[in-house]
Amino acid sequence: MSLVYPTQSLSVYPKHLSPGYKSTIKRSPSKPLIPMPHTISELTGPVYGHDAIQENDNDLTRQHAAEPLGERIIVHGHILDEDKRPVPDALVELWQANACGRYVHIVDQHPAPLDPNFTGAGRTVTDKAGYYRFVTIKPGAYPWGNHYNAWRPNHIHFSVFGHSFLSRLVTQMYFPGDPLFPFDPIFNSVTDEKARNRMIASFDLENTVPNWALCYRFDIVLRGREKTPEDMD
Amino acid sequence: MSELTPSQTVGPYYAYGLTPEGRKRWKPGDHYKWKETVGDNLVTPDAAGERIRIEGVIYDGDGKPITDAMLEIWQADAQGRYADPRNGAALPNTSFRGFGRSATDDNGMFAFDTIKPGPVPGPGGRMQAPHIVVCIFSRGMLRQLYTRLYFADEAANAADPILSLVPADRRATLIARRETQNGKPLYRFDIRVQGEGETVFFEI
Ligand SMILES: [Fe+2]
Repeated sequence: MSLVYPTQSLSVYPKHLSPGYKSTIKRSPSKPLIPMPHTISELTGPVYGHDAIQENDNDLTRQHAAEPLGERIIVHGHILDEDKRPVPDALVELWQANACGRYVHIVDQHPAPLDPNFTGAGRTVTDKAGYYRFVTIKPGAYPWGNHYNAWRPNHIHFSVFGHSFLSRLVTQMYFPGDPLFPFDPIFNSVTDEKARNRMIASFDLENTVPNWALCYRFDIVLRGREKTPEDMD
Repeated sequence: MSELTPSQTVGPYYAYGLTPEGRKRWKPGDHYKWKETVGDNLVTPDAAGERIRIEGVIYDGDGKPITDAMLEIWQADAQGRYADPRNGAALPNTSFRGFGRSATDDNGMFAFDTIKPGPVPGPGGRMQAPHIVVCIFSRGMLRQLYTRLYFADEAANAADPILSLVPADRRATLIARRETQNGKPLYRFDIRVQGEGETVFFEI
């Protein structure tokens, strides 16, 4: 399988400098990036097997003595490449705030309670069909200092590995219908509406478990597609 | 328009999810015990080659250290082999994996213990000088930045096909200086995201 990673596909990504998100102002390069051909160093990437994962790593509600408070949810989906082929054996890591919108991180000083039964981190590896599944609780919205009365929409942070180091993706999963969408400069740093909507999970009634948990589907499309005759070396 | 899922910032709170055994700010304590998947020590006992340490500080456009960045590195082993079975190229015959992750500390410093990589094939049949691919994530970065680390003591840098694409007056930003720390080789690689002496980042 010979894959290519056209940089044109990246046009849907946010710009490095998106001034509405203030921290980008001093943390984005001022000089143009230098284009370069993809070599073996970029076209390869780390592979992690299921041996990296422990039993409860993908169930954030079972990592402590008791269950965390909050709305239990299932988050599942497929990791795909640009041809929509599954990416098997892909390491998927996530982290999130608890139901009150508070992270277990020393820097997070939001005056909302921590939950002794919730760490908020999980990981798994996709199966042969590129499928992953987590059980967690729905994270709360939380305030941040970007501008007056700034609140992040509910979101789960995702980190994914694909076919090569070029497929590496860190993103955020949002929930449908969030009233905070129009006001969030991180969400809106993706200027194409269709692309933005791909960061919103869909409610999945079919896989919602009766009397137990709502389900959300979040498919993730990574860089990489089959080489075609039009692709020049 | 492609159908990629867009990138978003890693934010300030990734440490307990991505670097749970990391250097600071997040100590597992009585929380869930992680088995570390990816860390900042890449050395395996069976790996041949020179053991080196890489250290650097990452600075923002005001020259202030970035204390909540995360760096990932990807490299070949000392014989120039990448541990990726999907590629079809020769694999390391050791357990060396060549992938590492380091969170920056309160001084904006990252560090890796690893093996110095060997040269690898490049475009047009030309060899590439030994190098490490570096990927940077941070609050304030909506997408990752890619750069490369080269080694100051490598004569092959002069003929490297990628370095030659970089304007001569900026190449030095990609070259780690060799020093000695506690009698061991240390390569110092500071990164300036913006402004004076801005590190070269690649559009790949
Ligand atoms: Fe967040």
